[in-house]
Amino acid sequence: MSGDHGRHAHRQEAVNRRTFLRRSSEISFAAAVTITTGGALLNASEAWALDVKGLQPQTMKTLILVARDIYPHDKVADRFYAIAMKSYDEKAAGDPATKAALESFVAGLDAAAGKGGYSGLGWEAERVALLRAVSHSPMFETIRSGLIASLYNQPEVWPIFGYEGESYSKGGYIKRGFDDIDWI
Amino acid sequence: MAAKFNQNDDSVVVIIGSGAGGGTLGNELAQKGINVVVLEAGERHEYEDFVNDEWASFTQLAWKDPRTTSGSWRVSKDFPTLPAWIVKAVGGSTTHWAGASLRFQEHEFRTATVYGRIAGANLLDWPVTLAELEPFYARAEEKMGVTRTGGRPGLPGNNNFKIMKAGADKLGYKECHTGNMAINSVERDNRNSCQQTGFCFQGCKWGAKWSTLYTEIPKGEATGKMEVRPQSHVAHIEHDASGKVTGVVYFDKDGKEQRQKARVVAVAGNSIESPRLLLNSASSKFPDGLANSSGQVGRNYMRHMTGSVYAVFDKPVHMYRGTTMAGIVRDEGRLDPSRGFVGGYEMETLSLGLPFMAAFLDPGAWGREFTSAIDLYSNMAGMWLVGEDLAQETNRITLSSTKDQYGLPVADVHFDDHPNDLAMRSHGYKQGAALYDAVGATRTFPTPPYPSTHNLGTNRMSANPRDGVVNKWGQTHDIKNLFVSDGSQFTSGGAENPTLTIVTLAIRQAEYIADQMKTKAI
Repeated sequence: MSGDHGRHAHRQEAVNRRTFLRRSSEISFAAAVTITTGGALLNASEAWALDVKGLQPQTMKTLILVARDIYPHDKVADRFYAIAMKSYDEKAAGDPATKAALESFVAGLDAAAGKGGYSGLGWEAERVALLRAVSHSPMFETIRSGLIASLYNQPEVWPIFGYEGESYSKGGYIKRGFDDIDWI
Repeated sequence: MAAKFNQNDDSVVVIIGSGAGGGTLGNELAQKGINVVVLEAGERHEYEDFVNDEWASFTQLAWKDPRTTSGSWRVSKDFPTLPAWIVKAVGGSTTHWAGASLRFQEHEFRTATVYGRIAGANLLDWPVTLAELEPFYARAEEKMGVTRTGGRPGLPGNNNFKIMKAGADKLGYKECHTGNMAINSVERDNRNSCQQTGFCFQGCKWGAKWSTLYTEIPKGEATGKMEVRPQSHVAHIEHDASGKVTGVVYFDKDGKEQRQKARVVAVAGNSIESPRLLLNSASSKFPDGLANSSGQVGRNYMRHMTGSVYAVFDKPVHMYRGTTMAGIVRDEGRLDPSRGFVGGYEMETLSLGLPFMAAFLDPGAWGREFTSAIDLYSNMAGMWLVGEDLAQETNRITLSSTKDQYGLPVADVHFDDHPNDLAMRSHGYKQGAALYDAVGATRTFPTPPYPSTHNLGTNRMSANPRDGVVNKWGQTHDIKNLFVSDGSQFTSGGAENPTLTIVTLAIRQAEYIADQMKTKAI
C-alpha cells in the first residue's frame, strides 16, 4: 500500500520492516494507527499506510478495529485487517448510499461508546459488548461475513496459522511430511 | 475422431449431466455401440486446469446458479442460497468428491421391512437387493480402482489418519483403516498414483482420483459414439401426444435455445436439478411434471446425517497434508437400535484448508471463542460423520418463485431433521469427541452439516408406481423411454457415500437400456 507518508514513515524506512510483523502489545490500536495531514491512515511501527478515499479517515480506522474485534487474532498484524476492510472505502467512494450506511454504522458505535468513541475504548471486552448489541444488524452481518474471505483468504495470512497453501507445484506432501507426526 | 451428432438425430440417447451417473452411463452405452449425446450445463475444465485454492476452485467448479432453501435445517439459515456444494462442470461432482467408495449394506435396501414403521418417515424398500447388485458393485470397483478391493493396496495413512487410528484403538473400534478409495495407491489405468497433495475437493491435478472427466468420458469419446456438449443447460424435456419423450430443449453457451431430439432421455443432473427438470417439464398432458403420477418427484430428499468433529491438540498435526478422506472407522455403521436410533454412520477423516475452516467450523460465529480455535489450526485433526438420514415426504425439491438467468423457476430445497437424524448426529458428535479425547485433545468442536455434498432420493426407485418415480432399472414408471441415472434414484440413503452405488446402478442400467433398444421396446 502506498500513501501519503509523513515524517514518521521516513524515519521508519531505515528500519527492517520484518521486525514489525505485529503491533507491539504496548501500543494500543488507537495510538499505533494515526491519521496523517493528508487524510491517510498510517501505522508507522508496522510500516504501512492506507489512502482513504471514500470514508472519513477516522471511520476507516474504526472499521479496521471493528474487524479485529470481530475476528481477534493477536498474531495477525493490523495491516491484514486493513487489507480486509479496504474494499469498503472503495465502495463508499463510488456509492453515496454505501458511504452513508458505513458512516452511520460507525457513528452509532461511537455514540454508544461515549467520549473517545469506539476506538477510544481501551478494553476489547468493552468494544465487543458494543458489537454484540448490534450483531443482529444487516451491516454487522455484512462486515462479519465479508471478513471470512477478505481476512482468511489472504495468502500472506496463511503461514501465520501454519497452513501451507498450494501443494501440487511442490509435488504434493508425499515427500513433505504427510505422515510425519511423531507424538501419537 | 470425436463424435458430433445432428440435433435432429432422434436415434441418439440423450444424457443430461456428465457425472458419476451420466458420465458412466454414456461410456457404457457407447462401448455397446449406442450413440450418445451428453449435455452438460457446466464448462469443461481438464484436470491440469484445477487449482489448489479453495475459494478459487469453488468459483471454477461449483454449482452457483440460484437455488433457494426452506425448512428448519441450519444450512437454510447460514447459507440460504447454497443448499449444496456440488459441481457444474464436465465430470460433475466426481471432479470434487473425496473418493470414498463403500457398498451399501444388505439391510439398507430394505429399510421399511427392517426398521419398521417410523412416525414421520416415508420408508420404502428398494425394488433391488444387494445380491442383485453385487456383480455390478464388483465391476464398479474394478472400473474405479477402489483400494482394498480386487487386490488393490490401501493408501498410506497421513497425520490425520494416524490420530484417528490411535483414538479408534483406545475406544476399542475394530474396523479402522485408510478406506476403500477410488484413488490410485499405485499407478493404474494410465493414471498417476496419489501424491498426498491434500486438495482432493478442488479436483485432483494428478488424475489419481477417479473422475468421469478423465476416465469414462475420454474412453466413451474414443469410441466415436459419444459426444459431450458442455455449456448446454437443459431447460425442459419434450414429449409427444402419446407421452413418449422426444427430445430436450437446452440453452447453449450464448444463451440461445437449442433442441436435441432423442430416442431415449436419461436424467443425471444430481438430486436437486433432476427433479427440478422434471417439474419444469410440466405440460398439459403432465401438469404435475414429467413422471410424477406418484407425486414423489422431488420428495424424500436426503442429505445424510452429517456433521464433523474437529479436535485441537497441543502439538502440530497438519491435517491438511495428504489424501483428505483416506481414513475410516466403520464400527458405528452397523444397525444397532440400542444406541437410540436406526441406521448407522461412518466416521471418515476430513480436513479443510484455513479459508474454508473459517467459513464452516461454526458458521456465523465470531469473537475470541471462535478465533482461539482457528489460532490452533495446525494442531487440528478432523472427521466427517456420514450416516443414514430417513426419507421424509416433506423434505423435498419444489419450484421456487425465484427465476434463473433463463427465466426458469429454480429449485427450492426444503429440509427438516427427523428425530432419528438428531439422535444419530448427537451420538456421532459424542463418539467423535471421545475418540479425540482418548488421545489427548484439548478442545473438540461439533461442526454442523455443510451445504450438502450428498444429495439423494428425489426420484426414488419403487416396486409400485404410486410410491416412487422409477422402477428397479431407473426407468420412470410413467414414461418408458425416460430414465433417471443419478443418486436421485436412491430409495434410502444408507450410511455410505453414494458415488460407488451410483456408478454401479449406471453400469447395470446401461445393459437394460441397450437390451430395451435392441428389442425395440424403447
